[in-house]
Amino acid sequence: MKRLGFSDRTMIILIYVFLIALSFSCFYPFWNALVVSFNLGIDTSKGGVTFWPRAFSLENYEIVFKDERLINGFFVTVGRTVVGTLSSILMTAILAYGMTKRELIGRNFYMFFFVFTMYFGGGLIPTYLLISSLGLMNKFLVFIIPALISVWNMIIFRTFFKSLPVGLEESAQMDGATNWGILFRIVLPLSGPVIATLSLFTAVAHWNDWFVPSIYISNEKLIPIQTMLQQILNANIVTEMSSNLDTASAARIESLRTVTTKSLRMATMMVATIPIVLVYPFVQKYFVKGVLIGSLKE
Amino acid sequence: MAQSSTEPTIAALDRKPKKNKNIVVRMFKQWDIQLMVWPGLLLVFVFSYLPMYGVLTSFMDYSIFTGGNIWANPWVGFKHFKMFFEAPEFFEVMRNTIVISLLKFVIGFPAPIALALMLNEVRHMVFKRVVQTITYLPHFMSWVIVAGLTMAMLSTENGSVNMLLEKIRLIDEPVNFLSIKEYFWSILVSANVWKEIGFGSIVYLAAISGVDPHLYEAADIDGASKFRQIYFITIPSILPVIIIFMILSIGNLLNAGFEDILLLATNPVLRPVSDVIDTYVYRVGLSNFRYSYATAVGLFKAVISIGLLTMANYLARRSGNSLW
Repeated sequence: MKRLGFSDRTMIILIYVFLIALSFSCFYPFWNALVVSFNLGIDTSKGGVTFWPRAFSLENYEIVFKDERLINGFFVTVGRTVVGTLSSILMTAILAYGMTKRELIGRNFYMFFFVFTMYFGGGLIPTYLLISSLGLMNKFLVFIIPALISVWNMIIFRTFFKSLPVGLEESAQMDGATNWGILFRIVLPLSGPVIATLSLFTAVAHWNDWFVPSIYISNEKLIPIQTMLQQILNANIVTEMSSNLDTASAARIESLRTVTTKSLRMATMMVATIPIVLVYPFVQKYFVKGVLIGSLKE
Repeated sequence: MAQSSTEPTIAALDRKPKKNKNIVVRMFKQWDIQLMVWPGLLLVFVFSYLPMYGVLTSFMDYSIFTGGNIWANPWVGFKHFKMFFEAPEFFEVMRNTIVISLLKFVIGFPAPIALALMLNEVRHMVFKRVVQTITYLPHFMSWVIVAGLTMAMLSTENGSVNMLLEKIRLIDEPVNFLSIKEYFWSILVSANVWKEIGFGSIVYLAAISGVDPHLYEAADIDGASKFRQIYFITIPSILPVIIIFMILSIGNLLNAGFEDILLLATNPVLRPVSDVIDTYVYRVGLSNFRYSYATAVGLFKAVISIGLLTMANYLARRSGNSLW
């Protein structure tokens, strides 16, 4: 390592240059969006805003936070993420623990029954018709119930549970613990890392889902922020947004005319993204392990 | 997934002495653990298996007015399948599906491997950690955000890409990249690689960290360059992992993408190059309400996918890793 040859050194330098470029390309779009969201809209439209706000302003956020629909959407997202993640992790963990039991009658058939759905599904339209015939259209539960069981997470849980020392369960059984008691008192408390990882993945999936609400929800009160954002990106509802403001501030904004579609979009995007960006570094050490349990399955 | 080979035999041993008893009675005896799996079975049955039964409507003229009873719809055989094969969009849709998924595979598959190999050469741990943290991040963003960022970057109103290209005098006026057919595939594939390259490298990094360090020491003594070490030690060592993931992706060959295309190709000008089977099903099914037709197209895709998957599993078995 001390005596790197010329070609080795060139390669290392190239690698560093490439990695810096890649990190920059991953980081810059977020940073630029953040900068634009904190920059006065009318100033941004003059061009040239890249790394740092030129005319710092909180106006974009003021408008976003005054839009009741967006705030409502934010809380719909938070609600479905919390409820959806807790219920799905609980249901999936219980199922996975049951599936680890050797004596479970029908276990091999059950496993096939679950795994088959990972490779084959009925498709978009039959699912849509099913959801509508179950009366789940325009219900909060449409976010929760169909996502209760994740076969993929079940397999990861099961793999993890199997890796726990058998002796623990056996001694608990001798002390008279029931299977449910063992699950909640011994197995789950020992499964911290895997629960953290799978909760993160489930929560991210709930947080990011815009498609399910876009086809099943028409009631504005139930539309999460990601779906709203998609509608904003698709069409121009920014004018509508400023018309939602109370008259005083609307008049003020009208007189200033400093807000642009772009700056409002960026601010909305940041509101929808920042929570993930803030949580993610703290769970990073867990998910690397989780990904490995899932992919190498041993 | 694959069960370890000892389990079935143990289960069989367990079962033998009780074989004469009624299965239902035996299941009731272990009601506590059966109760753990039955809610799951029921949910999966409802939300995964009932829609499979719904694919029957692709052989019918489904009307929404018959309500829940799909048997009330008239059978029409393969009419909708024929219609799809003869549809003017058929060629384009199939071509886009295959080309886009092949592009994603050819570029998106090796990219995380290359990144992992590069990260492995980095000795500066803080730098490595920072690069990893930043490149994993896009994976956790929704496609709505990624598409929004892409649009913002490529925008004609002061999008950074246009600003840069103007500054270095490559273009004279802003180009509206997302409304030009020729650029769409590159943009789509780049956005995908951008989103997943970091996260995809995790598995390969783990595989690389399992390589025996003595091999490198020996190579060092023999005077092998870094590049030769990568080529003759690292890559062969992680080849099994690469092969498994390659085989797995064969089954996905018709999954050209859905959300990404739906969100990036908002300009209808792009439709001739952006329409793939999944977006086509979505459009004719949920926007034009041609339920039976859309279901038929979806089923057509599913059948081919199963064929590909069976092939992939055959290959996987030969390499010693079954998918199920």
